[in-house]
Amino acid sequence: MRFTKDHEWVRLEGDVATVGISKHAAEALGDVVFVETPEAGKSVSQGDSFAVVESVKAASDVYAPVSGEVVEGNAALASAPETVNADPEGEGWFAKIKVSDASQVDALMDRAAYDAFLATL
Amino acid sequence: MRYLPLTPDDRSAMLAATGAKSIDDLFVDVPQAARREGFVDLPRVAGELEVERTLGAMAAKNTAAGSVPFFCGAGAYRHHVPATVDHVIQRSEFLTSYTPYQPEIAQGTLQYLYEFQTQVANLTGMPVANASLYDGSTAMAEGVLMATRVTRRNKAVISGGVHPHYVAATETVVHAVGVETEVLAAAVDAEADVIGQIGPDTACVVVQTPNVFGTATDVTKIAEAAHAAGALLIVVVTEAVSMGLLKSPGEMGADIVAAEGQSIGNALNFGGPYVGLFACREKLIRQMPGRLCGETVDADGARGFVLTLSTREQHIRRDKATSNICTNSGLCTLAFTIHMSLLGETGLRKLALLNHETALATRDALAAIPGVEVLTPRFFNEFAVRLPTNATQVVDALAAKGVLAGVPYGRLAPAAGMDDILLVAATETTTEAHIAALKTALAEVL
Amino acid sequence: MSTMNTVGRPTTPNKVESKPATLTGGRGLLQDEHLIFESDGWGKTGVDLPEPKGNGADLGELVRKDPIGLPGLSEPEAMRHYVRLSQKNHAIDLAIYPLGSCTMKHNPRLNEKMARLPGFSDIHPLQPQSTVQGALELMDQLAHWLKTLTGMPAVALSPKAGAHGELCGLMAIRAAHRAAGQGLRSENPRNKVLVPTSAHGTNPATAAFVGYTVVEVAQTDDGRVDVADLAAKLGPDVAAIMVTNPNTCGLFERDILEISRLTHEAGAYFYCDGANFNAIVGRVRPGDLGVDAMHINLHKTFSTPHGGGGPGAGPVVLSEALAPFAPAPWVVSGEGGFKLVEFAEGQAEQAFGRLCAFQGQMGMYVRALSYMMSHGSDGLRQVAEDAVLNANYIKARLQDLMSPAFPEGPCMHEALFDDEWLKGTEVTTLDFAKAMIDEGFHPMTMYFPLVVHGAMLIEPTETESKQELDRFIAAMRALAEAAKAGDVDRFKGAPFHAPLKRLDETRAARQPVLRWTAPEGSNIAAE
Repeated sequence: MRFTKDHEWVRLEGDVATVGISKHAAEALGDVVFVETPEAGKSVSQGDSFAVVESVKAASDVYAPVSGEVVEGNAALASAPETVNADPEGEGWFAKIKVSDASQVDALMDRAAYDAFLATL
Repeated sequence: MRYLPLTPDDRSAMLAATGAKSIDDLFVDVPQAARREGFVDLPRVAGELEVERTLGAMAAKNTAAGSVPFFCGAGAYRHHVPATVDHVIQRSEFLTSYTPYQPEIAQGTLQYLYEFQTQVANLTGMPVANASLYDGSTAMAEGVLMATRVTRRNKAVISGGVHPHYVAATETVVHAVGVETEVLAAAVDAEADVIGQIGPDTACVVVQTPNVFGTATDVTKIAEAAHAAGALLIVVVTEAVSMGLLKSPGEMGADIVAAEGQSIGNALNFGGPYVGLFACREKLIRQMPGRLCGETVDADGARGFVLTLSTREQHIRRDKATSNICTNSGLCTLAFTIHMSLLGETGLRKLALLNHETALATRDALAAIPGVEVLTPRFFNEFAVRLPTNATQVVDALAAKGVLAGVPYGRLAPAAGMDDILLVAATETTTEAHIAALKTALAEVL
Repeated sequence: MSTMNTVGRPTTPNKVESKPATLTGGRGLLQDEHLIFESDGWGKTGVDLPEPKGNGADLGELVRKDPIGLPGLSEPEAMRHYVRLSQKNHAIDLAIYPLGSCTMKHNPRLNEKMARLPGFSDIHPLQPQSTVQGALELMDQLAHWLKTLTGMPAVALSPKAGAHGELCGLMAIRAAHRAAGQGLRSENPRNKVLVPTSAHGTNPATAAFVGYTVVEVAQTDDGRVDVADLAAKLGPDVAAIMVTNPNTCGLFERDILEISRLTHEAGAYFYCDGANFNAIVGRVRPGDLGVDAMHINLHKTFSTPHGGGGPGAGPVVLSEALAPFAPAPWVVSGEGGFKLVEFAEGQAEQAFGRLCAFQGQMGMYVRALSYMMSHGSDGLRQVAEDAVLNANYIKARLQDLMSPAFPEGPCMHEALFDDEWLKGTEVTTLDFAKAMIDEGFHPMTMYFPLVVHGAMLIEPTETESKQELDRFIAAMRALAEAAKAGDVDRFKGAPFHAPLKRLDETRAARQPVLRWTAPEGSNIAAE
């Protein structure tokens, strides 16, 4: 699993990356009440906002950690947004993206580096 | 000064506590060049008596609608408001409270907003309504913007029967964001032209019923045509009481209703403050502008109400908000809901019928005057007549005779070439004597 | 033969230790109140109307047939319903309402009386102008007071709220740049607006809405706009800056003259958010600070009632440069009296059209003018001084226990604290605010401005007596000490004594229920 400075995570399997927000981000937001996930077929560039996650008092853009084409948005979040709080780095995934450049993932922080980064905030 | 409780002794003691030597020390950050000594060049403090005299003198120069035969409408209507309404909105806890951001100590406001939302939804025949916008005209603008977001199209087709002020206010705002408007020609039966203008690039069709000429229309076919083209139908209503007699916008297929609620609970007030009613289909809720009140429970499981879905709003989304709106119409909204609660459905239907019948009697009286042509075939409480001469001149002449005869269409749209058209409204406050006076005076002037 | 009352009864209280819960849930004076939809008044009405002659048959199929779903109440029931609801609201008339940025000052009742004079309340916006000369005169007078107090040459009265005023100001700025050939679609567009990080959400929302890209300007450690950062970001593509002064941290921008000079040199306009005008009214004129446009919240500085959320009014004062770009309508005075100009002929190119139907919030103009006249220029200057003194007094009396966000130097009309002082207590800003409710006070503004962690923004206004301030300070001190002493439950479960406990806002957002719905199978109309 890799992490971005904007608190997204990526798990690459073959050429499909599953993407979500980190536990840190989910905790900072509070109870998630609504998630806007992208539609399949949408193409994204690394750093573009591709989803929005809302709690009662906050709304946050979610930025694509990799470039590629959206294969699937997590439809389950529409009826169960609380999944993002319960399991942010597992069932609370936002989208699956077919990556155009797998090396983008390697350049991201691993768990140890991300934890160190969190300590500096 | 009667509103300032601090005494000179208080001020000295408090200054001492802050460590400042004088009040000027507290303003130390103001640049020298911007500091002003002495008092701005305006009158000094005035007691209540003096203020009453001055403002009373200004008020006395105005002709109150209730003091003369009165037939003005065109978006603002004179109705009788029960004494209870004005009394309740002046209760301290309603008048001097703030937006209910701390819901535990604002359930009074929140519950009446929830009741208001339900009343507006039911009145308009729609599933859901918000906690009010500023007025009908800005509600229409917000409706158009919402339709462009939802359909991802960029063009609004606006019927020529929509109130020209509403069109102007909408165009000011939607043109700023690059939305195109096609405003159809003004006509008493403008709704007949609308379907032909709907295209694949149409985000929404905006139709007013009853329209500015008073024409009441069944817009069901327009709704069908709009939906077939993937567009939304926005229905504008400027006389809320009309929905007590006429088929509701929701029943006719509206996707968004933008209405003016002033007729219920609120005085004419020379144009404001008024109250915008905004209702829409269930699936559009997250795109709705303005405040929303929702039901929930507290820590003990007791039912309560809170402002909700706030992430649409500016204080959270900032530059990504659905709108920049912060305030709603508060007390005007409360006045609406109290009046509506007193009326109930029974009272509202009766009130609407009385309005309609009084307008029919007024129409009959004017139709009998040679030279006056009644243009509107089916109306609620307002209709258009064509006069043999400039309507503004006629209205001014009648005002000099102590009759406020209505609104010349030319006042709303001087470039429309319809300067001989007069809009005449009658409500439950209009008497037979008023109608007789109008008839006599108009016949004299023509 | 006369009889006297010979039977006495106890006149001193019994001592009873227990405190039984009530049998029906009632609590003394506080009543619970159902929704109007739950009182089964579907056929009732509290308004006596004459019987109509017919049933609207002339309108044929246009007549509404199905039930609408609007219950009715007799007058006594209506009074009870709304009075019971009112008991659940806090209000300025009950206690200090220290919401920072809101200016919750006393709402004088004279203003209500004046607004209800039939000559103001019972006039139609489209009556012949000869019949409403007094109303136009009032608008002209209000404009005069606003222009004189701010030192600005022009004012657009029609915006219906502060945010609406921001829209008006930014649209005037946009129109001005377009007239000068630097509009958004020109070859050298001015398409950016600079906004400090501490700004109220309406500022970036409005700028983005009008089509500008919002660029944030940093804040210095002492809570002011970072002028170096501003200077670096100003350029030929900047349309305007939006600055609140005093700012949302309650501080006067010392470098305001430099800020406006730099802005004008770069060819941009200075929009000022006037929400905090109460701190400087009568002492400082925004016109002297180089402001080009500033909205004034009549419901803040000029006491028109907050009314549970509205109505507001947000007239915008304008500089010479922007005056030609004001929206219609406006009032002009001349030999023939007062005239309402509804169409901008001649200026058709310049003005950007009307913002709303009719001419704005007349009801609020009457109230505001009544307030201004009551105070006069001397009273208004005293307002600013007492507002600033009250806030500094609170800061001075709390700063040993709570941590001011910007301890150096005086604040203006509001005192800002962060949550540094709560570190290690488990009590958050939110918890502290809810505990204030139990002590009888409406909480201060929380978590705004966003730039301060756990912000607590306290604005007393000038209409608080020293006694009320001392009462408030005593409660804040007691709570602060309790937090530091580890009395955590008091805060975590608060409020305990309000009409309701803390509400589940998550549930309200996840499963929105925005209206009452008739139960299945009933014949009452409802979706």
